[in-house]
Amino acid sequence: MPDRAQTLAKVIELIEPFNKKGVAVSESTRFAQDLEWDSLTVLDFVANVEDEFDVLISMNMQAEIETVGQLVDALQKLTS
Amino acid sequence: MSDLFSKFDPLIQQRDELLATGLTDPFNLVMEKVESPTVAICNGKRTILLGTYNYMGMTFDPDVIAAGKQALDDFGSGTTGSRVLNGTYGGHKAVEEALKDFYAMDHAMVFSTGYQANLGVISTIAGKDDYIVLDIDSHASIYDGCALGNAQIIPFRHNDVEALEKRLKRIPEGADKLVVLEGVYSMLGDVAPLKEMVAVSKANGAMVLIDEAHSMGFIGENGRGVAEAQGVIDDVDFIIGTFSKSVGTVGGFCVSNHPKFEILRLVCRPYVFTASLPPSVVATAATSIRKLMDSADKRAHLWENSKRLHAGLCQLGFELGSKEPQSAIIAVIMPDLEKGAAMWEALLNEGLYVNLARPPATPAGMTLLRCSLCALHTEEQVGEILGMFAAAGRATGCIS
Repeated sequence: MPDRAQTLAKVIELIEPFNKKGVAVSESTRFAQDLEWDSLTVLDFVANVEDEFDVLISMNMQAEIETVGQLVDALQKLTS
Repeated sequence: MSDLFSKFDPLIQQRDELLATGLTDPFNLVMEKVESPTVAICNGKRTILLGTYNYMGMTFDPDVIAAGKQALDDFGSGTTGSRVLNGTYGGHKAVEEALKDFYAMDHAMVFSTGYQANLGVISTIAGKDDYIVLDIDSHASIYDGCALGNAQIIPFRHNDVEALEKRLKRIPEGADKLVVLEGVYSMLGDVAPLKEMVAVSKANGAMVLIDEAHSMGFIGENGRGVAEAQGVIDDVDFIIGTFSKSVGTVGGFCVSNHPKFEILRLVCRPYVFTASLPPSVVATAATSIRKLMDSADKRAHLWENSKRLHAGLCQLGFELGSKEPQSAIIAVIMPDLEKGAAMWEALLNEGLYVNLARPPATPAGMTLLRCSLCALHTEEQVGEILGMFAAAGRATGCIS
């Protein structure tokens, strides 16, 4: 399994271009409420994450992911 | 007090603030009289229509109208039933025959709206454990079709062939795949690279569904759409279309050569559990579709209109959704909703109707003034339209 801290660091790096509000991002940061992303921003961001980790994150899977930590967990599973 | 409607408060507030400035509500326009496919009376004023999707101007065609009147007399005002029970009349079979001839395909299935055609076909053919790969800018009816079904939904970046290919290759081996694309994307009026996308989809074992709502009747040698124009229509498994644009009435359809296609009539819920189209509607649609087969001159004139409006708006200094005119839709990009609404109202005061489009319907949070041309717009009307854009653009400060 890849290193969790590395995955988290990469995810935070990918969030930054979309972090218009300059929110301090941690594992508990919520995409909708804290980052205030609309559905189109989410789709753009997910496309970048998919290409970075070479995985598929379906919209069905996205519906279960609310926080940065949950996304990292999902990526750990998908890349193991 | 908080209730189920509290979630709409931000939108209600945004709308109230916009209308408090004294602006005409862009989403509440009433056409008091419609004179022709290109002219209506709005607020007592003669208005050129440049936002109707009435691409081929069939709504007032004398043969189309006569067919509708005859059907009203012969079959009554409605079917009061589902296609699979008492709602299939001769006219419903006749319009399906017309579609089979128009597309040169083996099967055609008519739905009550284009929205329901996407909703029904997509949700029915892709089940649990299947994958749907779709363009991020897909129409709401495509997303809603995905939401109604149980398949895994994978969007990819707009018109990006490589992004599509990467995602297809990541799908687990053995899973069935459906790629959903549009010929013309209605917000910016841009065309998909179907030649490459269909090839990549087929190479990776996927079925392909293309929504040709905004290209039927106009694009391609026989008006069959972008897939025909790019020479890949024979590799497309399903084409979805609508009667509410070039055909000039209301209704939706799917055409296909799949040998088992007809079973959809029994398993597709948005086909089964709704009333079929009224006899007058299918009669007008069948007549219109057959006339669209021989409309090469109108197609040529519509291209001329599109090129002239695109070039003229560029020259005036407006920013457009596509560098070249690719369809009958020309999208003018506005800096924000306030400016867009002001420009929309200024155009209406000049006597021109266009669509104001805003998020979430638009990509990347854009506000657009969307113009859709008609084959019956005259050269003089296109000149008039450009004059109105110049005047309204200067009055609102959108151009200098």
